[in-house]
Amino acid sequence: MKQLSGFEPVAHSSLGLVTTSRITFKGDNYILELESGDTLSPVTVAYETYGRLSRNKDNAILVCHALTGDAHAAGHHTGEPGEKPGWWDLLIGPGKPLDTDRYFIICSNFLGGCKGTTGPTEINPATGKPYGLHFPFYTVKDMVKVQKWLVDYLDIEKLLAVIGGSLGGMQVLQWTISYPEVVAGALPIATTARMSPQAIAFNEVARQAIMSDPQWNFGLYEPDSQPASGLALARMIGHITYLSEEAMLKKFSRRFINGKNRGYRFEADFQVESYLHHQGSTFVNRFDANTYLYITRAMDYFDLHADYGSLKKAFSGCKSSFLVISFTSDWLFPEVCSQELVRALRMAGKNVSYCNMDSDQGHDAFLLPGNRMGEVVSGFLTRVQNEF
Amino acid sequence: MSQIKLHRNTDWTKSITRDRVFDEAICELTRQEERVLDLGCGSGDLLYRLKKEKQVQELGIELDSEYVADCLARGLRVIQGDLEESIIDFDDNAFDLVILNQVMLSVPNPLDLLENGLRVGKRVVITFPNFAHWKIRLQIMLRGRLPVNKDLPYEWYETPNIRLATVDDFMNLCQQKQVKFLEKQFISQGSNGKLRPIIFRPNLRSSVALFCLANHHQNIKED
Repeated sequence: MKQLSGFEPVAHSSLGLVTTSRITFKGDNYILELESGDTLSPVTVAYETYGRLSRNKDNAILVCHALTGDAHAAGHHTGEPGEKPGWWDLLIGPGKPLDTDRYFIICSNFLGGCKGTTGPTEINPATGKPYGLHFPFYTVKDMVKVQKWLVDYLDIEKLLAVIGGSLGGMQVLQWTISYPEVVAGALPIATTARMSPQAIAFNEVARQAIMSDPQWNFGLYEPDSQPASGLALARMIGHITYLSEEAMLKKFSRRFINGKNRGYRFEADFQVESYLHHQGSTFVNRFDANTYLYITRAMDYFDLHADYGSLKKAFSGCKSSFLVISFTSDWLFPEVCSQELVRALRMAGKNVSYCNMDSDQGHDAFLLPGNRMGEVVSGFLTRVQNEF
Repeated sequence: MSQIKLHRNTDWTKSITRDRVFDEAICELTRQEERVLDLGCGSGDLLYRLKKEKQVQELGIELDSEYVADCLARGLRVIQGDLEESIIDFDDNAFDLVILNQVMLSVPNPLDLLENGLRVGKRVVITFPNFAHWKIRLQIMLRGRLPVNKDLPYEWYETPNIRLATVDDFMNLCQQKQVKFLEKQFISQGSNGKLRPIIFRPNLRSSVALFCLANHHQNIKED
């Protein structure tokens, strides 16, 4: 852990200051053979670690992020007032479910992300320019392959657990299939074994929003002139799928921006509209449009049924203990997705626990407080550690 | 589906004392490191005890997400789901012991559940309230009211027991199905909460009953 000396954590359970590290895998041993048939080399991975690796190296937990996440899962980078902590600070830190006093937590930006790991925004060494649409297509399996390189580099033979929500959960599932010997505990949360046509449809609308923005220019935009309106619109669409009707009703009701008065205008008039606009415009500052196209495609192609003949066959070689979690109000990856997973694991004779958590927060529930995910994760990890 | 609604409206905590009455007995019936399936495990009190005292390989099935979360927080292995649907997927003899603690009367098809229990488990422990207990008989005969007491703490409109059975009913069924009894225990719970073992005339005198059954596979082996 890279904590600055003399730093006083603000809250008891805060990790304090953390930094992102980068490691470049290059040379003949590190030619990434992608599922599409293309190859990629070198590959740089941005990652953060929290806590301390035990002497027996038996306390490492890999955290996999979702569509727009990054390696910065917990703690702060600058410590400036108002700085938001990492995306899963809720779960990671001293005394928290992913307890950094007990576990060594690793989180990396996945392959093809735009937060420090090799992806469409990075410079193509062959041309000296950003890859853009010359970046090869990659899949969840490819992401996991690169994560394995990182875990090997950190000299960890066996992971106590791999955990992630949504697209992160897909990586968790792929880990247990690609590297069954390496994963003791698997925690796929709010996820699915295959993207539904409905979820693909939402991704496609988001991609069309980006690609129909003239600024997109077939992917050849300059970094400082992104297809901002297209990318913002893509994010707005995504955000609707992450919330639930109940959550929206609670958060915004039908409130207008200006109290009770209708504005008789097409600019944002309802609070829900201004929220979506805000989500869209802030997203543009922290994410890349081409990358969004690639990642959503990687999600679309995720289908363990098709890849392995059946879900039961997919898991037949798994050695991990599973804790599957879904949320009652998640309609993007509804509980049936998780139940299908659990059933397949059970039929394959695997060790699996499952909870469909009560929540009105929709798909995003795994990122939010107000449900019992933390204590459940904590109980599961303790058991896996006892059996490790 | 109707079952799910029923359970959602049920306050299971009312019968918490009654539901724990046979824990000691079930613990004694469990052998070290057995594979145990607890159907309707609630918040996992019994499974936790079995894991601690007998180091069992536990699995619970529970419908209520709050109870499932309780179990998981305690480090127990639990799958949230419907008992009757879940049990179908398990292989024959997948467990050494299947526990049906105060749940048999709350499912629409108790016979299917029992038969599936005997299929997936080498032994099945079943507990249920005895509706032929003399107090119940008296209450219906003299007062014309269904009983609400320590063993049956629910009003007729909220009771999870959608099927009713007596000790003799159950034994009769087991005889019909040629199921072997490994153990029978009967208890009467006094109004002061004191538990008394019953040996003679259990159908009349016991308020709760425990049966441990062996599945057919075991019968053949032992006969």
